[in-house]
Amino acid sequence: MNNVFQIAYWIPLLPLIGFLINGLGRKQLSKSLIGIIGSGVVLGAFALSIAVFLQVKSGNTAALHYFDFIKVGNLSIPFEFKIDQLTSLFLLIITGVGFLIHVYSTAYMHEEKTEHFGRYFAYLNLFIFSMLLLVLGGNFVVMFIGWEGVGLCSYLLIGFWFKNQEYNKAANKAFIMNRIGDLAFLIALFWMAAKLDSVSFDTVFSQASLAKLSSLDITVITLLLFVGATGKSAQIPLFTWLPDAMAGPTPVSALIHAATMVTAGIYMIARSNALYSLAHLTNDVIMYIGLATAILAATIALKQNDIKKVLAYSTVSQLGFMFLALGTGAYTAAVFHVMTHAFFKALMFLGSGSVIHAMGGEQDIRKMGGLGKKLKWTFFTFGVGCVAIAGIPPFSGFFSKDAILLSAFQKNPALYVVALFAALLTAFYMFRLLFITFTGKFRGSHEQEHHLHESPPAMLLPLIILAVLSIVGGLVGIPDVIMHGGDKLGAFLSPVIPVHEGHHVEASTEYMLMGISTGLVLVMIIAAMYIYKNFTPTETKGFGKVLENKWYVDELYDRVIVKPLHWFAGFLNNIFERVIIDGLVNGVGKLVNYGGRQMRLLQSGQTGTYVLLMVVSMVIIFALQFFLRKG
Amino acid sequence: MEIIEILFGILAFLAIFSALMVVVSKNPVHSVLWLIVTFFAISGHYILLNAQFLAIVNIIVYAGAIMVLFLFVIMLINLNRETAPQKNRWLKMAGGVAGGCLLLVLVAAFKEVGMAEKQKAVVNVGDIGLIKSLGKELFTKYLVPFEISSVLFLSAMVGAVVIGKKE
Amino acid sequence: MPINLYILLAVVLFCIGVVGVLTRRNAIIIFMCIELMLNAVNLLLVAFSKMHNYAMMKEGIATGGSDGQLFVFFIMVVAAAEVSVGLAIIVMMYRNVHSVDINFLNRLKH
Repeated sequence: MNNVFQIAYWIPLLPLIGFLINGLGRKQLSKSLIGIIGSGVVLGAFALSIAVFLQVKSGNTAALHYFDFIKVGNLSIPFEFKIDQLTSLFLLIITGVGFLIHVYSTAYMHEEKTEHFGRYFAYLNLFIFSMLLLVLGGNFVVMFIGWEGVGLCSYLLIGFWFKNQEYNKAANKAFIMNRIGDLAFLIALFWMAAKLDSVSFDTVFSQASLAKLSSLDITVITLLLFVGATGKSAQIPLFTWLPDAMAGPTPVSALIHAATMVTAGIYMIARSNALYSLAHLTNDVIMYIGLATAILAATIALKQNDIKKVLAYSTVSQLGFMFLALGTGAYTAAVFHVMTHAFFKALMFLGSGSVIHAMGGEQDIRKMGGLGKKLKWTFFTFGVGCVAIAGIPPFSGFFSKDAILLSAFQKNPALYVVALFAALLTAFYMFRLLFITFTGKFRGSHEQEHHLHESPPAMLLPLIILAVLSIVGGLVGIPDVIMHGGDKLGAFLSPVIPVHEGHHVEASTEYMLMGISTGLVLVMIIAAMYIYKNFTPTETKGFGKVLENKWYVDELYDRVIVKPLHWFAGFLNNIFERVIIDGLVNGVGKLVNYGGRQMRLLQSGQTGTYVLLMVVSMVIIFALQFFLRKG
Repeated sequence: MEIIEILFGILAFLAIFSALMVVVSKNPVHSVLWLIVTFFAISGHYILLNAQFLAIVNIIVYAGAIMVLFLFVIMLINLNRETAPQKNRWLKMAGGVAGGCLLLVLVAAFKEVGMAEKQKAVVNVGDIGLIKSLGKELFTKYLVPFEISSVLFLSAMVGAVVIGKKE
Repeated sequence: MPINLYILLAVVLFCIGVVGVLTRRNAIIIFMCIELMLNAVNLLLVAFSKMHNYAMMKEGIATGGSDGQLFVFFIMVVAAAEVSVGLAIIVMMYRNVHSVDINFLNRLKH
């Protein structure tokens, strides 16, 4: 056993300590101290994660057993960690990006009161702790603890400015939608525990266990787990919470709703690839839902005017891409995209935070424009993010998106076409956002124009680091056709995720696909530039209106689920409660009352009646004694 | 049919008849008198069973002392007919039915248990009922209860005086 | 005599007493019915004592069963005490409500 693994429990423990210190001392500690503690613990975790990563890279993995968490009958659920290639990669993403966002937050949140500043960092640390628990967990239960923990932190952070009722509603929405998924996760967990008496990854994914499960079991478990993933990773039909979650502070959106938490579902499915590779039906479901989400969210993003909403739908769309990859069996491609997406989406969110900061809280891009002149660094880094997400080689997004598109092509060329369309939309709406925001004339008020300023270094530094990562992050997964042995990530993950075997695609075809996607993306970018370079706000009409209103999905849910539920609740309240429950409860009272009134007559106080009753009772007792006691 | 059986039959009939008359008589004084007849019949049974001491005590204590006491009380409160008119006839009926049921159940139970038909209460034989043997038992084996019964009498006397005393 | 007849006689007398208690409302007559019930039990005890005595005599014990008769004696003692107190109560009751009808004694209700 290696030393690094022996202290691996410090990775989640450090953020937990940070949470306790910041949470308890939020009224005593000064802002700078809170920032140092909050960021420091994550930096410590990051350092440990690097050590773990290096250890794992040299070929060591570990299963760490700490104590028995639940032990009932045959079912034994220890509190255990499992550290392997997949975990160490996620550890790096979470702690690395998390650290940058902590640093960014120290500047971004500086105007909050000390108390709330401490609360904010406490939540962030708790989130990091939960997320680390989620990826470190050696069984589904520990994973579920983290899973719930991130859901809770998400709720707390979305509703961070709890004085605004709308924000609270958004927080509730996120929490409740997550709960729907969590319920499915729990049922899958119970199913697994019932069938296998174990929820440990090592046991469940072993050949012996998988052989014990019928194909129905596997399909149900995987489908339920996937429903859990749709909740956490914002897929159809549970995706509407993510755009609303933008109510939280912008760094939170970057950390939770772009880089880490929403990828939990992808992590979980990638982790369970042994199960999923046996469930063809589930894979198809995942594939189509992923694709549908990607298209739907991308079309919505075309017409959004809130800078964060665009990014939110973009996130949903990108998550759809990842699920598409999972569904086609390209787990490595999905994880790869998680990583690159974490870089460029965190970058863009932080960039948008910088813009919002400069605009004094304004989020509507129609009131921006021409910001590139004042916010040079932000413009530059944001542009890098856009290029990366659009998929221009050699930026990171190109490689990961290309891997996904390739896997779709291997599965079915029709899938490829649809996915490519979504990717083109991505490029279009991202550059629309970029051009509307940063070029043209300023459309805001005079005070805002006066107020415009570049963000402080604490905010710019993370932006620059993330921009660098967005540029070079894709180089770990260069396809074989370009450079033999370039897919270092796939090789690294191969012990956890078997190499994806799709239809063999000729090198020339692959080059052609890359060429097509890159060419079309460039066309899209140019188109966006022409349309939005000198943007003036106009009323949207026709189909654009539908897109602006997000396909009316929220309204649909309201009509199909919320209204009938309200109606049903009203029915229960007015009819069922009044008539049946109250009737029952009051009926008992009335019956006792009536019975009492009748029984009262027996208590006439007249001795004769009492004696009569006594004799009758004697008769009954005698009769029972002598005639009914036979045998 | 032996003379004893005839005597038993007569006494039993007398006892039951006079007991019934106790219950149905309108006049309380008549009830008292019929009750005395019942006691005499029961004393007759005692004599048949050769329990002479109890027969005598029964007549002296019950028919003599207690019934005279009843008569005194009736005279004292000057009550020779029921004051209030009969109400609550169904309660009366219910009482009769309940008593009948009790009789039925007891007899049926008795039949059910099937007390050995051959068991007999000897008549005329055995001297345990004589004053001599009972006295011996009473003043040896049952001396303490006998003495305690005197305390009971004392307390009953005190109680009666306290209750009967005018405020 | 067969013990059956004595049991039957005693049961009948007892039940007459019960019916009397249930149907009459005059406290004095109810009291007398109670005395009747006591006497029915006394008769039964004496009969059983003789039955027992007979059974014991067959085994050569002459004084078996005298307990039953002494019991009757004590019952009479208690009955005498009871009657003295009971009649005192009835007198008291008459003094208060000017009646011995037990239907007037419905204070238990309150």
